[in-house]
Parts: sequence; structure tokens; C-alpha cells
Amino acid sequence: MSFLSDSAQSALQLLLQCDPTLWSIVGRSLWVSVLASAIACSVGMALGAWLGVARFTGRGVLLTVLNTLLALPSVVVGLLVYLLLSRTGPLGFLGWLFSIKAMVLAQAVLVLPVVTALTRQCVEDAERQHGEQLQSLGASPWMRSILLAWDERYALLTVVIAAFGRAVSEVGAVMVVGGNIEGFTRVMTTAIALETSKGDLPLALALGAVLLGVVLCLNMGIAALRRWRTRQDGVASAASREVLA
Amino acid sequence: MSEVLRLQHASVQFGSHQALREVSLSIHAGERVALVGANGCGKSTLLRVAHGLLPLSQGQVTRASAVRQAMVFQRPHMLRTTALRGVALGVWLQGVPWRAALDQAMHAIAHVGLQDLAHRSARHLSGGQQQRLALARAWALQPQCLMLDEPTSSLDPHAKREVERLLHEWVQTTDLTLLFSSHNLGQVKRLATRVIYLEAGRVLADLPVADFFGQPLAHSHPEAHLFLKGELV
Repeated sequence: MSFLSDSAQSALQLLLQCDPTLWSIVGRSLWVSVLASAIACSVGMALGAWLGVARFTGRGVLLTVLNTLLALPSVVVGLLVYLLLSRTGPLGFLGWLFSIKAMVLAQAVLVLPVVTALTRQCVEDAERQHGEQLQSLGASPWMRSILLAWDERYALLTVVIAAFGRAVSEVGAVMVVGGNIEGFTRVMTTAIALETSKGDLPLALALGAVLLGVVLCLNMGIAALRRWRTRQDGVASAASREVLA
Repeated sequence: MSEVLRLQHASVQFGSHQALREVSLSIHAGERVALVGANGCGKSTLLRVAHGLLPLSQGQVTRASAVRQAMVFQRPHMLRTTALRGVALGVWLQGVPWRAALDQAMHAIAHVGLQDLAHRSARHLSGGQQQRLALARAWALQPQCLMLDEPTSSLDPHAKREVERLLHEWVQTTDLTLLFSSHNLGQVKRLATRVIYLEAGRVLADLPVADFFGQPLAHSHPEAHLFLKGELV
């Protein structure tokens, strides 16, 4: 018990003293995940919006594959990206292995199916509601996917937050392709794994606390967004009732 | 009168359900055609086929290429934007530059009396106001042929009257061709010049409005007669 409380006390000291090692790991971790989420959201939202509207042969199979990819283990993603970026791999000439770029790529690949699938569902629901009207106004499938994605922008903001949450909390992929090199590719999750195995619990606990804090902030963001949307809808129905009365 | 729309042996199948069966009809410029019949008889399907939203399983549909069409749905679908931008979007999609589309939209919104609400969120409007806005969205496109799928069925009596008044004014001041479905036979009497009665996807009666309501249908169109009797109880 005292071992745990001593470790927690040391972790708190590290946090309060703004330990440079700890905060450099935190900064790197956030930077990698922000970049990966931005890439995954740019590609995934466009792809998901298009899939939400487009109807073509083989769409069902594609959606099944996409939904399967949601459960893709991060270590497998790491392995695939490792094979792609290794010296003999198809992207080996880039020389990205064991670099921040490789970690961003791995996290982006990991998060991409999540963003695509959630966006597809959002846009498909919106298409069911408004698609016919937009089609009637002359909007092509591409235009419909853009307009409906814009219309669902608040729901998609939740998707962005969820994507970042998934990216920042994963450990397997970045460990494989980043190599967990101190001061270079070490991020919160890989550092926690390493420090725990070394028995250096204060740093692991401090990093764990920051990671929990980040995830907590994300969840609070999502909750606030939901509350705001509910309030907006409430205002809308109240306004309707007022006018009808 | 020039032909606006022609359907030849048009059939639509949804899985095992046949929504339209061998429908043949033609609609001419300036006609005001009401589609009547029980729920599920194929009115909405016919409107969607006529507007090009639904492909035919069999048969042929011919639309006059020079005729601009617009459609108003039973439930107005409003995007998460202001009333003005929602209407302007439809105009912009026709290839009109955004600034000009906004002007055109404002003019259309003023036409339906919603100019004071133009900058409010379209979703914050009441059901009646949203349906008027849907009419403005159609009006902004300056269609020659307007299709309406039960445009007043979800509205309260006041909103219903208001939408009908706008439609009446519209058809009186222009040479608009109207194709609409309705369960409100009073509205059909007031707005239509021709009535098409559908049952189980088939056209069973296609008569001028005076004949549909005036002459005894019991012998010539017994199904339409029964429908009328039921509706007028």
C-alpha cells in the first residue's frame, strides 16, 4: 500500500514540478495523435460521406470489410505498417521506420476505419431524411454527400473527438513502428508500458494520470457537445410550439 | 396544350410489392392534376417517378426537356441552416452564382410572407412555416411543373389554408402545371382541374374534376365511387 502511495506522491511531484521528460513525452504524444486524427478525419470523412450516399455493386461487401476493420487490433496495424515501411517493404525508400512519421501513419491507419464507418452511418441516416429533397433540387451524389456531411457537422465533431481518443490511447502500433526511442519516438502509452516493466512507477503513474486527464477532457467535450445539441433542439421545438400556439 | 409528362405502361416493383402497375397517362401544360386514393395506392410512387426520383421497373416515362420541375414533399426537409440559405441552396444547385441565388431566394421567401424569418434557422420554424418555406424553395426555381406529395396533410387547419392559398395564388397568376396527391377532397375540388384515382398501383379513373365529383360514379367507376363515399362520410 505504501509502495503505491509513495509512487502516487512521486508522480504528483513530477506533474507539479513540470518535469521536462514527462511533458516532452506528453507533447509528443499529443502532436502524433493530433496529426494522425487530422489525416484520418480528412480521408475518412470524405470516404464515409461518399459511402453514405453512393449506391453501387459491392457496397455491402465494402461495408462489411469496413465494419470488420473497426475491430482491427492496433498491434496488427503496427505490424502491417512496419512491413510497409521496412527497408524491403514497398514504402521502405521513405526511411520513415522508427520515426514520428511512421507513428502518425500507423495511428492514422488505425483510426481511419473508425472515422469512415461513423461518418458513413451519420451521412446515411441524413440521406434517408433529406436525400430525396436534395436529389429533387438537382444535387448529384457527390454534392449530396458534401451537403449532408456539412449538415451533420456537430455529429461529425463527436467523431473527431472519438478518433483522437482512440489514437492517443493506443499503444501497440506506435510501439512497433516507433520503437519507443527515448526523446524521439517515446509517447505516453509506450512510456507507461516501459516504465512499468522497469518498475519506475512514479513516471508511469504520472503519465497515466495525464492520459486519463486527456481522455476525461475528451469525454467532457463530447458530453458538452451533446448537451448543447439537445439544448439547441429543445430551443427549436419550443420555438415551434410558441409559433403554433 | 403541349405535353409536359407522359407515362407509358409504367410499373414499379419494390421486392414482391408492385407499387405501380402498367400506368399510362399524359399531362399537359397548365393542367392541375390531383392524385387520389387510399394509403399505399401508389400516389407518392407515381409522383416520384414523374419527378425522376424513382426508376421504373418497366415501361417508359417521357418528360418535356424544356420544362423545369420542382417538388414539395409531405414533410418539408430542412437543412441545418437559415431559411434564406436553405432556399438559396436549391437555386445555387441549378448553376446560379451564390449572390444571385441569395437574391432570388429572398424574393421567393418574401412571396410566401416569411421575409421576417429569413435569417432564422429553418429547423426552428413551425410545421406550417416550414411547408411555406418548402413552397418558397420550389417557387425560387421558377418551375413550370410543380409536384406536391400531400403538401398539407401534416399541417393544422390554419397552416393548411395558408399553404393552399399560396398554391391557389400561384396557379392563378402563372401557367403552372400542377401534379399533386391529396386525401383532402375539398382541396382537390378547389385546386384540381383533373382527378386521377388510383387503387393498388392502377389508374382506375381519370376524369375532369367536375365529372369526378359531379356525375354518379357508381356504374362507370364503382371503386372510385366507393372511395368517394368513404371519404365523404
